[in-house]
Amino acid sequence: MPGSIRAFGTKTMADNPALESANDAFAQALEQPEVQGRSLWQDAWHRLLKNRAAVVSGTLLLILLLLVIFGPMLSPYDFDYTDWDNIYHAPSLANGHVFGTDAVGRDLFVRTLVGGRISLLVGLVATLVSLLIGVTYGAVAGYFGGRLDQTMMRLVDIFYAMPFMFLVILLMVVFGRHIVLIFVAIGAVNWLDMARIVRGQTLSLKNTDYVEAAKVCGVKPAAIIRRHILPNLLGVVMVYVTLTIPQVILVESFLSFLGLGVQEPMTSWGALVNDGAQDMESAPWMLVFPALFLTVTLYCLNYIGDGLRDALDPKDHL
Amino acid sequence: MSKPLLKVQDVRVHFPVETGGWFQREKKVLKAVDGISFELQPGETLGVVGESGCGKSTLARAILGLIKPTRGRVVWMGEDMASLDPESLRQKRKELQIVFQDPLAALNPRLNVGEIIAEPLKTFYPSMQRVQIRERVKGMLKMVGLLPNQINRYPHEFSGGQCQRIGIARALILNPKLIVCDEPVSALDVSIQAQIINLLKDLQRKLQLSLVFIAHDLSVVRHISDRIMVMYLGRAMEIACKGTIYRRPLHPYTSALVKAVPIPDPVKERRKRETGLTGHVPSPLHPPSGCVFRTRCPYAVERCEADVPPLRALSDDGLVACHEAENFDLSIARSEEE
Repeated sequence: MPGSIRAFGTKTMADNPALESANDAFAQALEQPEVQGRSLWQDAWHRLLKNRAAVVSGTLLLILLLLVIFGPMLSPYDFDYTDWDNIYHAPSLANGHVFGTDAVGRDLFVRTLVGGRISLLVGLVATLVSLLIGVTYGAVAGYFGGRLDQTMMRLVDIFYAMPFMFLVILLMVVFGRHIVLIFVAIGAVNWLDMARIVRGQTLSLKNTDYVEAAKVCGVKPAAIIRRHILPNLLGVVMVYVTLTIPQVILVESFLSFLGLGVQEPMTSWGALVNDGAQDMESAPWMLVFPALFLTVTLYCLNYIGDGLRDALDPKDHL
Repeated sequence: MSKPLLKVQDVRVHFPVETGGWFQREKKVLKAVDGISFELQPGETLGVVGESGCGKSTLARAILGLIKPTRGRVVWMGEDMASLDPESLRQKRKELQIVFQDPLAALNPRLNVGEIIAEPLKTFYPSMQRVQIRERVKGMLKMVGLLPNQINRYPHEFSGGQCQRIGIARALILNPKLIVCDEPVSALDVSIQAQIINLLKDLQRKLQLSLVFIAHDLSVVRHISDRIMVMYLGRAMEIACKGTIYRRPLHPYTSALVKAVPIPDPVKERRKRETGLTGHVPSPLHPPSGCVFRTRCPYAVERCEADVPPLRALSDDGLVACHEAENFDLSIARSEEE
């Protein structure tokens, strides 16, 4: 057993050079403490840590996240407080508006961070929604196959054909403008891609020998999906998720840009960029700061996604 | 004779296949397994040999109930598997297990060895204590010749032969009565092949297992089998005791297979006469009429084209599917090369 030679070989060789019989060695090895294995996840994690771009991005994103969560508490201003003395004020340390103020004198530093909360929240929640629905839906369709698969995937096709903007406007008209609706609308569209990806992966995984072996062992379908299918397609899904979050953030920005997103005085990065773009010539700081936060976040997420892809399937990349 | 453990009666597995272009859809039937019958006694090993694509693996899956036979019956200890409801079929899974060809592909790469081997236990005895399960798994690891302290390792940290041992351990943990080995050694080195076959033999003796041992090579099967079934294009050509198959094959195909086994002596090997088997296996979508082997058979006569030869008893310990079997002598002259 090549794997175990290292475990018992070194000691016996030193004590008793030649005449240690294989049986004795085996018996001795039985007494050895348990060896810890290294799972594929741990392997991937170690590879990810070696990827400089991904590590830097991850650190940056973590700092950004902390700043977005706790930053607003550091500033003396509220995100909707109007400082009448400092309307359209350029960034200055003297009056405490480090990022400047906007057209109605609100502090841009606080507004950028509060807007970040919304943008990141939309990104995370909408992605989570699409993850939950998409993975379950795709795994069930792929695993059970046949007519169920046909029906489920045709339904996805129908959803695909629905114009997204129309859906959003319709939701807004029926339920009124609300932040939850944005989650629902974006999540409802994004799970379609996820379902297709997961279904494809499941189709190839369900014919593997270990799934067959699980069937022979009498494992029930739900347990097969949970224990054998999902962990093995999680790599692909995780990469897709890290690339979906920036996409969702962008969609939210786009909706806000069109005036369909969050409602004043609440804001998001998209809404701030929209405001800033209108006063770009007279007050460039109103565009620069939110845009900087937005792009840095997107870059970081994309680099992490890239790093994850390299770490999770090392075969495809040298 | 005691009551057979497994009775396979005229099992057929047919797959519908669509061929042709956009406008001329042709529906065809691929007869992967076409009328196989045999019985297996407790503790017996049946070797199944045949070229690739002759339906060996499909037969294995039909026996295990992973594929529903199109026709025919698989009777397990007197019960027809097809008549069981899903839950009783699931309970039967404790008694029938499988070992796969590709040792690494048969193990979930995300689970460690302990979890892989424990899965059948957890499925059937959900109330079993974790410590107890771990003890059982460790005992099983020892039994298949692995170190119990490797229990936390993952499949990719083992060699092919070790992975096959893990697969065997998983198959054995529920104390099954029958293990179907689907080419368990063809992906391994020759020296490892011998280890695994000896392990299976030992375990069989210790645990009174029955084996259905599938291989595409007679030399592998001869060490472990009591009886051997030779398959060609989904049909059984010959079923007989190991000695008969090797010394006095009755079917021309069996004789060709036996002659194709390399002799581990280069001088003798070079002196060996040609096997006389040429050409390829015909497509199972268009099998020859009559005897499926007739297109490659050196002894084929007119009758072979018209009639399907039934399996019939020619000697006292074997069955053969050939019209002409009594008209030629295929005895292998060369001595046992062991």
